Amino acid sequence: MTGTGPLLQVENLKVAYPIRSSILLRKTGENVAVSDVNFELSAGQTVGLVGESGSGKSTVARTVIGLVKPSAGRIRFDGQDITDYSPRQLKSVRRQMQMIFQDPQASLNPRLTVRDIIAEGWRVHPGLVARSRWTAEVKELLERVGLNPDYSDRYPHQFSGGQRQRIGIARALALRPKLIICDEAVSALDVSVQAQVLNLLDDLQRELNLAYLFISHDLSVVEHICDRVMVLNRGVVVEEGTAVELFENPQDEYTKRLFAAVPVVRPWLEQTP
Amino acid sequence: MSAAPVTIALQTMQVARRTRKAVALRMALPLIVIGLYVLGAIFVPILYDFDPLRVDVTSRLLPPGSTLPNGSVAIFGTDQVGQDLFAQMMEGARVSLVVGAGTLLFAGFVGVLLGMLAGHFGGKLDMVLMRIADIQLAFPAILLAILIASVLGQGIWNIIIVLSIANWVIIARVTRGQVLSLKTREFVEASRTLGAGNTHLIARTLLPGAMAPILVILTVEFGQVILAEAALSFLGVGVPLGVPSLGSTIANGTAHMTTAWWISTLPGVALLILVLATGILGDAIRDHYDPRLRSA
Amino acid sequence: MTMTQPERDATSSGTPLLSVQDLAVEFSTSAGVVRALDGVSFEVSEGETLAILGESGSGKSVTAQAIMALLPRPAGSIAGGRIVYGGTDLAAQPIKKVRELCATEIAMIFQDPLSSLNPVFRIGYQIAEPFRRRRGMGKREAWAKALELLKRVGIPDAETRIRDYPHQFSGGQRQRIMIAMAIALEPRVLIADEPTTALDVTVQAQIMTLLADLQAETGMALILISHDLGVVADVAERAAIMYAGRIVETGRIREMYDHPAHPYTQGLLDSIPSASTIGERLKPIVGAPPNLLSLPTGCSFHPRCPFATEACKAAVPPLRQPDGWLPPHLAACIRSEEVLAK
Repeated sequence: MTGTGPLLQVENLKVAYPIRSSILLRKTGENVAVSDVNFELSAGQTVGLVGESGSGKSTVARTVIGLVKPSAGRIRFDGQDITDYSPRQLKSVRRQMQMIFQDPQASLNPRLTVRDIIAEGWRVHPGLVARSRWTAEVKELLERVGLNPDYSDRYPHQFSGGQRQRIGIARALALRPKLIICDEAVSALDVSVQAQVLNLLDDLQRELNLAYLFISHDLSVVEHICDRVMVLNRGVVVEEGTAVELFENPQDEYTKRLFAAVPVVRPWLEQTP
Repeated sequence: MSAAPVTIALQTMQVARRTRKAVALRMALPLIVIGLYVLGAIFVPILYDFDPLRVDVTSRLLPPGSTLPNGSVAIFGTDQVGQDLFAQMMEGARVSLVVGAGTLLFAGFVGVLLGMLAGHFGGKLDMVLMRIADIQLAFPAILLAILIASVLGQGIWNIIIVLSIANWVIIARVTRGQVLSLKTREFVEASRTLGAGNTHLIARTLLPGAMAPILVILTVEFGQVILAEAALSFLGVGVPLGVPSLGSTIANGTAHMTTAWWISTLPGVALLILVLATGILGDAIRDHYDPRLRSA
Repeated sequence: MTMTQPERDATSSGTPLLSVQDLAVEFSTSAGVVRALDGVSFEVSEGETLAILGESGSGKSVTAQAIMALLPRPAGSIAGGRIVYGGTDLAAQPIKKVRELCATEIAMIFQDPLSSLNPVFRIGYQIAEPFRRRRGMGKREAWAKALELLKRVGIPDAETRIRDYPHQFSGGQRQRIMIAMAIALEPRVLIADEPTTALDVTVQAQIMTLLADLQAETGMALILISHDLGVVADVAERAAIMYAGRIVETGRIREMYDHPAHPYTQGLLDSIPSASTIGERLKPIVGAPPNLLSLPTGCSFHPRCPFATEACKAAVPPLRQPDGWLPPHLAACIRSEEVLAK
């Protein structure tokens, strides 16, 4: 199923931001956002990164996709070491690794039509899809994510939050990636819509054998969709395992506290007499 | 639903409509005024067969409404060398508009370009550009203009150069500020993850988003540049001697303030109306793009 | 999250403090008039906690804004109904009067504490302000009261931290400061609009506990507005679920969660991922929340409802008690009995 080994390998990842003195900009210390994170991800798999604010989970996502440069460690994608790639070299890798963002409103350019938003990837990577086919392909993608293909000439503000997130998914799919990083992709959605989008992601994964790196602060969502889960606290992985393992038998103190704090809809069912 | 709620909703709708109409009016009216100036600047001097160097001593200092020897009526009177003031004003308006538009084009192009580069790339480039801007802002514009005029000599092109140098900074600053605030928005990051390079990001993602405030500042700067040109011409370091400008006409009329007040006053009023129109237009454009006004 | 709560009788203890009756709110937009609230009624008594739940567009925040005279003007306006507090109808009063009242007797805390606290003033100053302005206290006295409040809401090292600025606190602490400011003048009603949405999970639990404790101490009425059904489950006795500007179900919260009588409530509960659904497909509600500019005729939920019939399109179902169930559990559905039977 996976073929030639894991799709993504992250080794000893460290991301630290230097603290500089104000006038001379000398480095006086560093702010460590992520330290010593290791994991692997294969096609068709979903790995979850869960943690609270400041845990570093978003930093990991941004480092993997190349928006942030790591201070130490290696990132290997499809066998290639992409840690020190220049933006130009990253461009070809970017085709295979895409991202879905948290805020459906802010992640779509308000001045572009849906068609232009989804086709932007093809504009950046000419040769992938012939220009004459763009409109047709956009409509196909819209259908695949459950939107009316006739809406391709509308603007983002004419859609609801859930629909905008679907547009974001369509944009990510446009480049036919192998790996999609979901950075709090469902956190800003209403509960009833969240379920739809999660099901959609599930379907797409099965259809296209996609690998997902799923970042979230919402434990119930992560439990549900991820094969393996890593719990981060202040940049360090404190525990990892399958969703069921972590939920039923958390080992680390922080993990226990985290799971204990998750609001349960019907807590009275779990109250010990 | 009773009658009372219907009225309340309708009332607020009407207020909202009126507000939006008001904004549209504030955009249309100044545009009409400026349009009239443009038409006047193009056609009136031709119609009046205006020659800046002609002197007709018999017709000098005639009040507004007087009839000239050749039969025509001088609507705004004549100046100290016998020229029809109205034609001269329109010729002066021509200079103002040309200088204004020319400066906007140059300063606008340079300012937007440098602002975009500084904002997008940040780091050393940003620092260097902004320091240059700071240094330049430290010079009072008029002094700078006089300096450059004395080096380059007088002439319309030179005025455009001078005013462009004086004005690119504010346009660059506004652009840079917009880019800085847009840079961190998620849709810009999204473009990056798609693999967009710098050109694509600047041209297709950042620039369209920054257009609204840039338009506003350009409109306001238009009025400022016209005023600046008039001031320079008034001081004698603007247009060369043969070319009439609203500023130089006003300057020439100061000697006759008590006897022929119209020579200075009427061009001054014309200048006022033009600059006011650009200011109101800029304000209206800003309101037009204000999201709060749009949903009411 | 487990917390023991004394069982409270769902019927209001005595006369209600705040009674909203048939409230309607309209917004005029460039696309037309939007009826954000259409006949919303609820009441809350002393010592009681009511949760108003709903997703985006349901009108839950608009309700709070209408009560506190915070509707954006000129777009928003109260189009009908009454908001009765202490015998007066707030909806009929001029805004100035309502705001006066709201400062002292009805207080509100918002979702994002950073934007509600003034970043250029020390928090001690901000908490002391209501005492100085409304109670006419002197600077020293007001400051002392502020210190007391800070300690009460659980800010550690209150003596030193009272001189800090908002940005020097964490999100959870800022929310505590907001709560301190809100309860400063001992309001009788506290409205909390999504108080924990922007906070981490572990902090959420702490804030909810704090609110519950404060309520038990002061006996004030608490209205919790949220989109998260779980976060309010331990603290609220009663709940009202809103959809497209109307209340579709209301009653004791346990009753409602255990036996939802409206298809929307049931759909919501089914679509929440939880430990029991690991590995299974989720059951979302089909479709999307309606556009308030063009609501479906009759029951607004019918396009998405698995129980919908022709009759549902004809008229808006009134809130009623399902046959055979104990009050006060009301649902706006003509097929509640079948929903309950599932």
